[in-house]
Amino acid sequence: MECVFGLVGNGFAIVVADTSAVHSILVHKSNEDKIMLLDSHKLIAASGEPGDRVQFTEYIQKNVALYHFRNGIPLTTAAAANFTRGELATALRKNPYFVNVLLAGYDKETGPSLYYIDYIATMHKVDKGAFGYGSYFSLAMMDRHYHSGMTVEEAIDLVDKCIMEIRSRLVVAPPNFVIKIVDKEGARQYAWRESVKDAPVPAA
Amino acid sequence: MSRRYDSRTTIFSPEGRLYQVEYAMEAIGNAGSAIGILSKDGVVLVGEKKVTSKLLQTSSSTEKMYKIDDHVACAVAGIMSDANILINTARVQAQRYTYAYQEPMPVEQLVQSLCDTKQGYTQFGGLRPFGVSFLFAGWDKNFGFQLYMSDPSGNYGGWKAGAIGANNQAAQSILKQDYKDDITREEAVQLALKVLSKTMDSTSLTSEKLELAEVFLSPSGKVKYEVCSPDALNKLLVKFGVTQPATDTA
Repeated sequence: MECVFGLVGNGFAIVVADTSAVHSILVHKSNEDKIMLLDSHKLIAASGEPGDRVQFTEYIQKNVALYHFRNGIPLTTAAAANFTRGELATALRKNPYFVNVLLAGYDKETGPSLYYIDYIATMHKVDKGAFGYGSYFSLAMMDRHYHSGMTVEEAIDLVDKCIMEIRSRLVVAPPNFVIKIVDKEGARQYAWRESVKDAPVPAA
Repeated sequence: MSRRYDSRTTIFSPEGRLYQVEYAMEAIGNAGSAIGILSKDGVVLVGEKKVTSKLLQTSSSTEKMYKIDDHVACAVAGIMSDANILINTARVQAQRYTYAYQEPMPVEQLVQSLCDTKQGYTQFGGLRPFGVSFLFAGWDKNFGFQLYMSDPSGNYGGWKAGAIGANNQAAQSILKQDYKDDITREEAVQLALKVLSKTMDSTSLTSEKLELAEVFLSPSGKVKYEVCSPDALNKLLVKFGVTQPATDTA
């Protein structure tokens, strides 16, 4: 029941992910961060098979870093998204990764962008997107309230509306969510939305 | 003395030289020259054609200039068959990049990738190095117009103006004197033709013996690579006062 969704606003992109790590009927933890910083101006929010999720996003992150070291310039969001899609596509008919990804980034020349990439390497550049059972609710809310050029306040308001819907209407709804934002200042964590608090676990 | 260290590319001589690589550069020193000049609004490549015959089908083939991708072209000097292999390799590398990233390959990365290939032939495998030097001309959104020179050792550098092939040192020193940083594309064409006319051995300069290509941006912002037609080239040669009256040969 993983929920990941995101949208593009005026000069920024926001991605939201639930933070439960679940194994069958057991919740391991409720503060698992599923949104990774790809580089200073890119975020990758992933959902799917837990081992694949970490393995794949770290692989992409390290390749993005390697490109930067080799060539002295960062990849654009579009190039990173196409690279990610290519890796999923190449692995698909051998050893597929069961990971869905929302890749958000900010480029100086082209502004904010959001890419929807699913586990069978479908890619779309979108203004709003979502994965998981939560998508039934978050996409509906975003379809109703989204307009292009939203401010951060308006976007966070919409995000909260989506989280409210998921919490109230999804049968095994995840209790906690993390919100991250990327704009010209860079990619960073914006806020948590917690309804159940875990004891803080030191990072590995 | 050096006889013992000539035959294998993959060993150093006692003085720390790689003779096969040096011999490859010698081979290029006998080939038709090429000059590249970077200007504010484009890159100019001019080459001296060694194969001139009325029978040659000039409309469909070029001897010195080749397009690698929509935004990168190169001029070659050296063994043509070696050059063809490397040009194909460069083309594949450029497309492979675009396949992965859906963007044109940055020019320096393309040059670096090709030079990494060339370096391999100086270190392992027991195969001789490629007897080709390149002048790469291209445009990308990171650094605009660029000119790169590379040689059989796999070394490359970014240049404002460069020469490869026969008499390249003489050409390079004239370029050093006459090049100015804010040169325009038209001035660059003039300079390139002037330098080539001074360093070429032939008695007369006609469009038969030259190839001229330019990399520039069209008004719509797309990168264009254009090889000058022989008629246009003749007009330029006359305009710049660089052509000499051709003596009729039988």
